[in-house]
Amino acid sequence: MALATNQPVTRDRAKVMNRYDITKRMVSRLHHDEAVIGGIGYSNFDLWAASDDPAGRRTQNFYMLGSMGLAVPIALGVALAQPKRKVIALEGDGSILMQLGSLGTVAARAQTNLTIVILDNGAYQITGGQKTLTGQGTDLVAVARGAGLAQSAWAADESAFEEMIDRALTEDGPWLIGCRIDSGKPVDTTERDPSRIRDQFMRGLGVKK
Amino acid sequence: MGEETEMPDGAPERAWYEIVRDVLKQHDVSLVPYVPDNVLRPLIDLLHADPFFNTFSVAREEEGVGITAGAWMAGTRAVLLMQTSGFATLANVLASLSVPFQIPTMMIVSERGTLGEFNIGQTMVARTMRPVLDCLAIEHHTITRLDEVEFIFDRSIVQAVATLGPVCFILSPLLTGGKVFAK
Repeated sequence: MALATNQPVTRDRAKVMNRYDITKRMVSRLHHDEAVIGGIGYSNFDLWAASDDPAGRRTQNFYMLGSMGLAVPIALGVALAQPKRKVIALEGDGSILMQLGSLGTVAARAQTNLTIVILDNGAYQITGGQKTLTGQGTDLVAVARGAGLAQSAWAADESAFEEMIDRALTEDGPWLIGCRIDSGKPVDTTERDPSRIRDQFMRGLGVKK
Repeated sequence: MGEETEMPDGAPERAWYEIVRDVLKQHDVSLVPYVPDNVLRPLIDLLHADPFFNTFSVAREEEGVGITAGAWMAGTRAVLLMQTSGFATLANVLASLSVPFQIPTMMIVSERGTLGEFNIGQTMVARTMRPVLDCLAIEHHTITRLDEVEFIFDRSIVQAVATLGPVCFILSPLLTGGKVFAK
């Protein structure tokens, strides 16, 4: 697996990047109405911030409000329903640690149109920065590989991340990209209006007219 | 259960799980994640055997709610199968995803904890199910009779989709036979 061998094997060797910058780079590479499911906390807020554009806010994003850990399952549901659309789950380390079984479910389904991006700062930042397990020895990319997601790797730096996203958007997955991120403040706060979020997402996916 | 018997009008009588399969299909409910249960086994087997359905197990019930929610928003109808103790893990996801986002999460629960239960843990956790459904104002029906299965499923799926509200079908041991105490 070229992707796995060309990237740092362990979390320790990956560069610590800025959350908003990484999210912005990801969103800027989406040109085919790819769906993005944002988990909770600051990864969610920065997805919201990174998806605002003078031409209008991206409508193919879904923002959870609670239901911690379910970005990957929701993304899998979208991917199953729309196999021609690429789907990205954007999840924090604390969140994915709550639902590690879902990595195995994605692997078992061999969901080719699904990519999981993990933003890992080793902390429950929104609740005061308490350590998560990733800061104490758990390597989520290794966990993902063990769960059956062979195409899992840490992003060595920003340019490696962009390369990996581009590949995930053009070649069959499932993919999992681990990003070490900093503890920067989020740029904005997601608008907490669940009915509107759901309605706009469904229109963005062409399910509602 | 299982063998078909002739009705007076000549139509074969369907088992509860055959009726459920047929109604799900009529309403285009095709995605079926589940956490297995012995009472649900004939239904799970039927759905696995029918290529109309995409039927697969998940690691945890909460994950199944996420998958069915994503599928709904992307245009595919889905139902989650589980037993009572699995439902007990869902209060947070129902309260933070299905209800506020107006997602018609459909759930089939085989009822443990009553009518001959032998596991005290099942009896205790079963008592949390209806209070959770009631306090979240989630529509639920306990199905005890074979002749009510089609009507309840058919009407309730229509209602869930039309009103964007979750629904929970509780399959009583009176319908399914339940799980029998074995020493």
